[in-house]
Formats: sequence, structure tokens, C-alpha cells
Amino acid sequence: MSKYLLNRLLIAIPTIFGVTVLIFLAMRVIPGDPLQLIVSESDGIYVLSEEELQAVRASLGLDQPYYIQYYDWMRQVISGDMGSSFWNKEPISGMILRRGPISAQIAIMAVLLSWLIGVPIGMLSAMWRNSLMDHLSRVGITVFIAVPSYWLGLLIILFSVLVFTWRPPITIIQLWEDPLGNLSMTVLPAMALGLGLSAATARMARSAALEVLFEDYIRTARAKGLRETLVVWRHVFKNAMLPVVTTTGLALGGLLGGAVSVETAFAVPGLGKLLVQGMTERDWMMIQNLVLLYGLIYVIINLLVDLSYAFLDPRIRYE
Amino acid sequence: MATTSAAPADSEGIVLDIEGQRPHFLLRFSSAVGRFAQSSPIGMVAVGIWLLMFVMAVFAPILSPYDPLEADYGAIRAAPTAEHILGTDQLGRDLLSRIIYGARITLIVSITAVFVGDLIGFVWGIASGYLGQRFDLISQRVVDVLMSFPGLILALLLLVVLGAGLVTVIVAISVTRIPSATRITRAVVLSIKETSYVEAAKMIGASNVRIMVRHVAPQAVAPILVVATLHLGGAIFAESALSFLGMGIPPPAPSWGNMLGGVLAAAFRPPWWLVIFPGVAITIAIMAANLFGDAFRDFLDPKLRRRID
Repeated sequence: MSKYLLNRLLIAIPTIFGVTVLIFLAMRVIPGDPLQLIVSESDGIYVLSEEELQAVRASLGLDQPYYIQYYDWMRQVISGDMGSSFWNKEPISGMILRRGPISAQIAIMAVLLSWLIGVPIGMLSAMWRNSLMDHLSRVGITVFIAVPSYWLGLLIILFSVLVFTWRPPITIIQLWEDPLGNLSMTVLPAMALGLGLSAATARMARSAALEVLFEDYIRTARAKGLRETLVVWRHVFKNAMLPVVTTTGLALGGLLGGAVSVETAFAVPGLGKLLVQGMTERDWMMIQNLVLLYGLIYVIINLLVDLSYAFLDPRIRYE
Repeated sequence: MATTSAAPADSEGIVLDIEGQRPHFLLRFSSAVGRFAQSSPIGMVAVGIWLLMFVMAVFAPILSPYDPLEADYGAIRAAPTAEHILGTDQLGRDLLSRIIYGARITLIVSITAVFVGDLIGFVWGIASGYLGQRFDLISQRVVDVLMSFPGLILALLLLVVLGAGLVTVIVAISVTRIPSATRITRAVVLSIKETSYVEAAKMIGASNVRIMVRHVAPQAVAPILVVATLHLGGAIFAESALSFLGMGIPPPAPSWGNMLGGVLAAAFRPPWWLVIFPGVAITIAIMAANLFGDAFRDFLDPKLRRRID
């Protein structure tokens, strides 16, 4: 196991290096330089003379050769300094620390919700195959996999505004400060994000459970007179869970991306909203560091998912 | 192949000309469609929905009652009436017309992006899997990097760099399709590489390029076609989400995604028709793409279906 872990960690290092290089190049090589991007975007509103431009460029270190810029960026990031917003000079790490927990909370709640809804529906629909419940759940799965999460979010808001004349609050309330206020802000986005994922989970749980149900060891368990509940819990459930973990793992990328649009739909002040805002305002330091953050989170999540397979399925770690 | 028809005769003396027995392409195609329809009625319904979308896109000027870009300040945010069946938006533009025209963008973006991205992934995957060694190692690390971003985030990053627009959206979405297409093709090629006919081709001295084009690629086509159909839904979602965020298709052009952007922000009494109809269009398009993809996969690989269902 520790050898597998080490191996997996070693592969992650060049990947992370590649991620930083890709972001760095994307931000510099193509449009001249990041500052050019900002200035050309906002002509008429924020025009700098050539000298001013050079001065700003020098103050941001953009007059240095690329390898020095890259080195400086890496040194900053590793020391935890994410720079500050180009427009209002607010430190980016502070914004991440304030908004990150909200985004993380929404994502985690969405995953929990998807298990809470998806696994039971999938299992039941497999066990009562071709029943009315099975047919209904399959229709539901097909629909909810297709529904875009941000649109589901808009529908939820529309419904709550029309019926309850209530809008989700848009200030940052942390869970440890005011649990109720925090939940009223995060539950609905988590629902919008989690329902689609529930459908994917249910679909995978159903097919995994069906596959397991026809295994010989299930017949053996039943033949030896094991109670059905025990058969289901001890044999079917346990063995059907690995593919479910896989789906969740694969879906997390979509979840992180989907969260960006869902947060925008709900105007939740999370990281995704910050990213979109940074992108529309061409706040390049913010874009650069937030995309890096998303990349790192995703790499780490993938690592954890891989490790959880190895943990759940001994065959993988001995390969 | 024509030179090899030193036609073998069977016991009854009838000449079996393998080449000559092959029916016309159109005939084979239509019989394949027939078998597909039989194996999956739902898949056929999905195909029907896509055909309808094509009709909508092609005949948009005839089908739509109004100009999709023409603002009517007398009827701003008008609820559905007989005059405007689906209502009007914040500039008084007819929603039905905009949705009909929106099918164009959805189809152009999703099909082109999937075609380009999966074609690149296909070629790359074949080269990476067949050539192996250092090229494979480097390729796979590059794919690792591309896979280290959630698809939508990578597309957003590319759009910041390239700027919003139809072509750039297609480029951004196709780049996000490349990694999985490459990985899947590579995995298939790794097993094709070990087959005896590839071995035989090597023996008689065929070049690497020839083996890849003539022997490996045809065998890897079916899996990539399945991947491509399954990618379609994701591409439609990506376009709509990017446009919704204001980073995709820029506003006056009617895209189902950008029609949803900011609809709830300004209005005191939310215009429900502006929220519901474009979203329904997106959902139906994605659902049809997914259902077709699933049916197509089952059709090409019935074994898989028996295992899952």
C-alpha cells in the first residue's frame, strides 16, 4: 500500500508542474501580456499612457523575462502569497480563505446528498427490477442527468421567489458563525448541484447492484439461508459500492465546474463566483491563482479517489 | 483488393466473390439503421429529436415568427400570449424565435467541437498507443495535465485568453474533449497492437504509418464513435454554461445558454417563461444526445448491455 501511495504521489508531481506551466503560458504568451489584456479590453474607461503602462508593468514584475516571472510566481504561491486583485488591491489569499469554505461546503453537501438520494434509489430499483418504482426511477435518472445544474438552480430560485417570495441571501455567513443563516445560503445551491449527481450515482448504483445480484456468492448466501436484509447489506451493498465511489470521483470534476455556474446562478459569494468575476474583469492575477487552485484541488481529489479504490479493492494495490 | 479475387469456389461450384457480394453502401447503411431502430426504439426517438433540431436550425428563418434580434420596446418581458407564444425577453425580442435560432448555435458548437476534439484525440491516441516508448510517456503526461482541470474551468481559462465568440467557444470545448478521447483510443490501440494481423503487417515490412492508418485505425473507429456520441451532451452543456456565465457566445446572438444569463437578477417579478423555455430546450437536446449515445453504445456492443441491464 505504501509503495502504491508513493508511486501515485510521484506521478502527481510532474502533473502539478505541468498545470502551473500551462496556466502561466496561457496567461502570458497568447495575448501579449496580461496587462495588455486588461488595457485593450477597457479602452476608453481605463487608458494608460505608454509610460504609465511601463511603470505598472515593472511594478508587477511583468518586465522580467518569463523564467524569472514564473520563478517569482512559484515562490510567491509556495510561500502562501497569492498576490492581490488588480482592481481593488484586496489580497487574493484573504478572499480565498473567506469564500473557499462556502464553496467547499456546497460541494460536500452536494456529494452527501447524491449518496443519500442516489444509492437507495439505485439499490431499490435494482432489487425490484422492472417494477413501477424501477421504471419511474429510470425515467427520473435520464431526466436529471440531462438537466443542467445551473438551470435547476434558476428553477429553484424562481420557485422560491414566486411561491415564498423569498430570495437566498447573498452575504457570506460561515457555518460556525450562524449555522441557520449559513444553511439558508448553501442548501439550495447544494441541491441544484447534487440532484444531477444523484441521478448519475443512482444509475451506477443500480447497474452495479444488478451485476452483483447475479453473482454466485449471492446465490450461495441465499441458499445457506441468510436473511435477505443481511444478503443485501453484507454482500450486495458492499460490493456495489466501489463503482459508486468511482462515479462520484469522476463526477467531482464536473461538480467543481458546475459549482461555478451554480454559484453564479444563486449569486453565492463562493470561489466560483469569484473566478467568473475575475474573468469578466480580466483580473489576471486572480484568474491565474484561482485556476491554479482549482487545478490543485482537482489533482488532490483525484489522488484521494485513486487511493480510496486501493483501499476498497485490495486487487488494485497489489497490482 | 481487386487483384486478389482469384475467386475460390465452394463445393457446389458457385463462385464466392467476396468483394462483389458486398451490398451497396446506402443499402448497408439503411439496414444498419433498421437494426438500430429495432434494437432501441428510444434511441430512434432521440435521433428523431435531433433531426427536428436540424430542421429548426436549417429552416429557422421560415419557422420563426419574428426576427430573433429585433427589439420591441413596446413589449418588454411580455408573458406568453397568442402573439408571442413563449413571451418576450428584456428587450422585447420574441423568445420562440430566439429558441429556434438558438438551435443553430447549439448544433454547430456541439457537433464541431466534438468532431474536432475527438478527431485530435483519436489520432493522438493511436500514435501514443501504437508508437509507445518516449512519445507515449510524454503524451500521457500532457494528457494528465489537461485532465487536471475540471473541464469547464479549462474552457473558461481558454476563453479568457482567446476571447468570447463562436469559434473560440468551439476551440475551448473541443480541447476539453481531447483528453478522454485520447485515453480511450490509446487503451483500445494497446490491445489492437498485440493482434496477429498487426504482427503480420510488421513482418512483411509495412511502415508504422501504414500500419496505423490501414490496420489500427479502422479497428479503433467504433469506440471513438461511441465516445463522440456520449461527448455530445457534455458539449451542449458546456456551451450553455459558458454562455450563461457570459464567457461563451456573446449576447445579441441567441444561444440557449446566454438567454438564461442574468434573467433573474434584474426583475422584481421574475419572468418565469425566460427561465423555463430555454432551459427546457437545453435539457431536451442533452437528453436526446445522451439517449442516442447510450443506444448507440449498446448497439455496437450488445454484450455490455446484457451485463448492465
